[in-house]
Amino acid sequence: MTAVDLPFPDTDLSRDGLAGVPTTDEPQNRKEYTSDQEVRWCPGCGDYAVLAAVQGFLPDLGLKRENIVFVSGIGCSSRFPYYLDTYGMHSIHGRAPAIATGLAITRPDLSTWVVTGDGDALSIGGNHLIHALRRNVNLTILLFNNRIYGLTKGQYSPTSETGKVTKSTPAGSVDTPFNPVSLALGAEATFVARTVDNDRKHLTAVLSAAAAHRGTSLVEIFQNCPIFNDGAFEAFKGKGAAESALIPLEHGHAIRFGPDGSRGVARDTATGGVRVVGVGGDDGIDESDLLVHDAHADDPTTAFALSRLTDAGVLTQAPIGIFRQVERPTYDDLTRQQIDTATGTSGRGDLAALLAGKDTWAVGEPRG
Amino acid sequence: MSKQVKQLDRVIIRFAGDSGDGMQLTGDRFTAETAAFGNDLSTLPNFPAEIRAPQGTMAGVSSFQVHFADHDILTPGDAPDVLVAMNPAALRANLKDVPRGSTIIVDTHDFGARNLAKAGYTEDPLEDGTLDPYNLHPVDLTTLTVEAIKELGLSRKDASRAKNMFALGLLSWMYGRPTEPTLEFLSTRFGAKPVLRDANITAFHTGWNYGETTEAFAVRYEIKPAEMAAGRYRNITGNAALSYGLIAASQQSGLPLFLGAYPITPASEVLHELSKHKSFGVTTFQAEDEIAGVGAALGASFGGALGVTTTSGPGVSLKSETIGLAVMLELPLLVCDIQRGGPSTGLPTKTEQSDLLQAMFGRNGEAPVPVVAPQSPVDCFDAAIEAARIAITYRTPVIVLSDGYLANGSEPWQLPDVADLPVIDPAFEVSDPSANADTGEPFQPYARDPETLARPWALPGTPGLMHRIGGLEKKDGTGEISYDPDNHDLMVRARQAKVDAVADALPDTIVDDPDGDARLLVLGWGSTYGPIGAGVRRVRRDGLKVAQVHVRHLNPLPRDLGDILARYERVVVPEMNLGQLAMLVRAKYLVDARSHTQVHGLPFKAAGLAEVLREHLRDLGDVPPANTDPEQPGRKSPATTPDVIA
Repeated sequence: MTAVDLPFPDTDLSRDGLAGVPTTDEPQNRKEYTSDQEVRWCPGCGDYAVLAAVQGFLPDLGLKRENIVFVSGIGCSSRFPYYLDTYGMHSIHGRAPAIATGLAITRPDLSTWVVTGDGDALSIGGNHLIHALRRNVNLTILLFNNRIYGLTKGQYSPTSETGKVTKSTPAGSVDTPFNPVSLALGAEATFVARTVDNDRKHLTAVLSAAAAHRGTSLVEIFQNCPIFNDGAFEAFKGKGAAESALIPLEHGHAIRFGPDGSRGVARDTATGGVRVVGVGGDDGIDESDLLVHDAHADDPTTAFALSRLTDAGVLTQAPIGIFRQVERPTYDDLTRQQIDTATGTSGRGDLAALLAGKDTWAVGEPRG
Repeated sequence: MSKQVKQLDRVIIRFAGDSGDGMQLTGDRFTAETAAFGNDLSTLPNFPAEIRAPQGTMAGVSSFQVHFADHDILTPGDAPDVLVAMNPAALRANLKDVPRGSTIIVDTHDFGARNLAKAGYTEDPLEDGTLDPYNLHPVDLTTLTVEAIKELGLSRKDASRAKNMFALGLLSWMYGRPTEPTLEFLSTRFGAKPVLRDANITAFHTGWNYGETTEAFAVRYEIKPAEMAAGRYRNITGNAALSYGLIAASQQSGLPLFLGAYPITPASEVLHELSKHKSFGVTTFQAEDEIAGVGAALGASFGGALGVTTTSGPGVSLKSETIGLAVMLELPLLVCDIQRGGPSTGLPTKTEQSDLLQAMFGRNGEAPVPVVAPQSPVDCFDAAIEAARIAITYRTPVIVLSDGYLANGSEPWQLPDVADLPVIDPAFEVSDPSANADTGEPFQPYARDPETLARPWALPGTPGLMHRIGGLEKKDGTGEISYDPDNHDLMVRARQAKVDAVADALPDTIVDDPDGDARLLVLGWGSTYGPIGAGVRRVRRDGLKVAQVHVRHLNPLPRDLGDILARYERVVVPEMNLGQLAMLVRAKYLVDARSHTQVHGLPFKAAGLAEVLREHLRDLGDVPPANTDPEQPGRKSPATTPDVIA
């Protein structure tokens, strides 16, 4: 078996997730992105906030609206495409990344988005998610994580904490949950971020960066289900609480949080990972010893260590922001490049020559 | 030495050896020579699922049968006239198929106690009289090969690997095959390895010369080229023909071809073949699983490509939910099922027709899908184009039911004129903003064409036609989510009516009933076309009358099929399953169809089918005329000689 070196695709393409998608100078507004369908999520659902953020943010991209496609799977969040006046497909459970992959490979002129949930993406569709990430198809995946099955009325999900009592686990769930960010990093993802449904500004900033990234962008969105898992993200609600529980990751900045920046993240030399530390004062470390976040590091080790600061059980603390953002050629660019190269070197195929192949003989003519 | 030359009208040769002996290659090369010579031919490769089963065992035996003739033939033949056995296991595994009096050429090299025991022989069959009823040629092919090429300095093991080319050379001499195609092939294949090239070429020549010079082989045979329609021909397997049909369909529709597939026997060759043709704008996506393969194909179809997935039975099971989604989305999608023995993993390398009911009904809900089945390796080309025509015209998934026998079997193909291939119009919906502005009516993605009942296909990127589709029930016209009871009833019936409407545009069914007064009709589908046709010829040669119908469209069945079946006193349906088409026609037409079934993982034999038909005819009171008139009606053509057996 042999391997060949693949030429790196066009540099502009490799840096811009929206390159190749037609733009417009016409001003756009939120209303144009709102479909005529009645939104049918439960009152208080975190999905409303995300929908509003997306409808408010899409006009800023300046893309032709008809060149935007949202593909979803099954679950509460997967109703999302119905409420956006773009092209959309509400597909089947877990398969949206696979369907979007076929679309993205064949249509570089589209901005292709996937909307999925924790059950859809991490349970029934786990295989498609990890393979989309490793291939680095030019997709933006919004993973709504409410840590529960909502549409089927309240069973535990692959992100529910161990011991969770639900209709299907009256004695407590014995499953160990997935950490979606750790999973994505392990699956060779080039863009991994996390945000929360109730921080419109942060949500919009992360989505903008995700859309601009060429390759698969995975954005985990902590999203509250008020009916079946209300309060899962209570630790992050309210200004004071958020300040103490959310660890903001900003590229090039020391990782610092808490009241008056009293806490931060530093390397843990004992484990090779990272740990939360106090900053300043008698017990704290020096500010200059804090870890400076490097989202562009080629090595994902530190990003993975940061992802482990997320509680596996009841959430009291979690980093948010962009964990990792690196450049790597995308599957779809490389695939199209191979086709272009084949067409370019040997010209567009000749069907008659293909059908004949190399070995033909004639009947009804003198034999040679 | 001048050798006797005997004329034959047809011959069946089977090459058999260990999986590592190169029997498939040997058969392929003999076939290429035979095609170049101008005989009609048909082939049957038969190999185990294991890549290298333990050497010398029955489990590891691989064989390749080729039937060639001076006239038009339909099958790879029932029983070999010549068996080439490269070891004891190959002899033992194949001997039961060889009629007494046939020729057996054996490589005696491996007939030591150990290999005899591995094959399950307690006595040496070359010595104990087992092979007395045959025309046996024991030859130490291996030693002759090693001796012939010893000057090339290869190890004994490497040298012995060229023994298949010795066998090919010998058989090529016996049947007067042209040598150029093989020499050219070996030069190209081993171009980078001159020692191996020379070893194989020398072995081939040595085998040829062995036949010519030794007294053991006193007779050469001549099989004249077949009368075939004028034109240019090539030899082709079903999987290659299917691949080319898909590329042709892409070209004829203007839709880029997108294949999403997961490797599976016996469908992988289509993935391999299409991967080579990027210059036709073909995208191949080797997916993480069967579900992703069909999902990506459907996604590509949504974007305006010709989305295709290729698989076998177990893969279709995994794809069922996505095929159902395609039914609901009403988007074109081709699902090519290269059937194999089932259930479960079953017999991966063997053939069967047991996915018909899965193709028809293997989805939740009322999810009708058109089904098209090719009837010969060459026909896979046309079937692929026809399936694409239906998928694109009616906006529906279509299942193509090929099988292992068609996939790997080969036959000569009269090359079509590309200019004569049908044109397929995708008829995309294009935006018309001015019209929109006038009426203020939003786009209706589920409006229907009055004739085909197909919905509009509006591609992302088209201004003014933004819409959402999905697996939830659609409201008629608007495509919005609808749980309305009457609307669901309407839409379930509309999807069924659309698939039924495919039959409106189908040509009349061909009934092969030469006098129009047969009382027995044999009905088949798919790869049984050859064996059934050959069986029918045999029965007609007895002076008996039997009609034959072979259906290509399994869903919807042709409009005229019910009337045709009703015209016959008896309908027999031979199938390589337990009676799936028989069940369908009994249910649909209330006809007392008699099922004849076989699930050996191998195609029917013509002789066996002929006997089944004769039995039904006896039952109906039809007996052969006392003196068979060579000019009797029902014969294919008066020019055919009386001993022609297809």
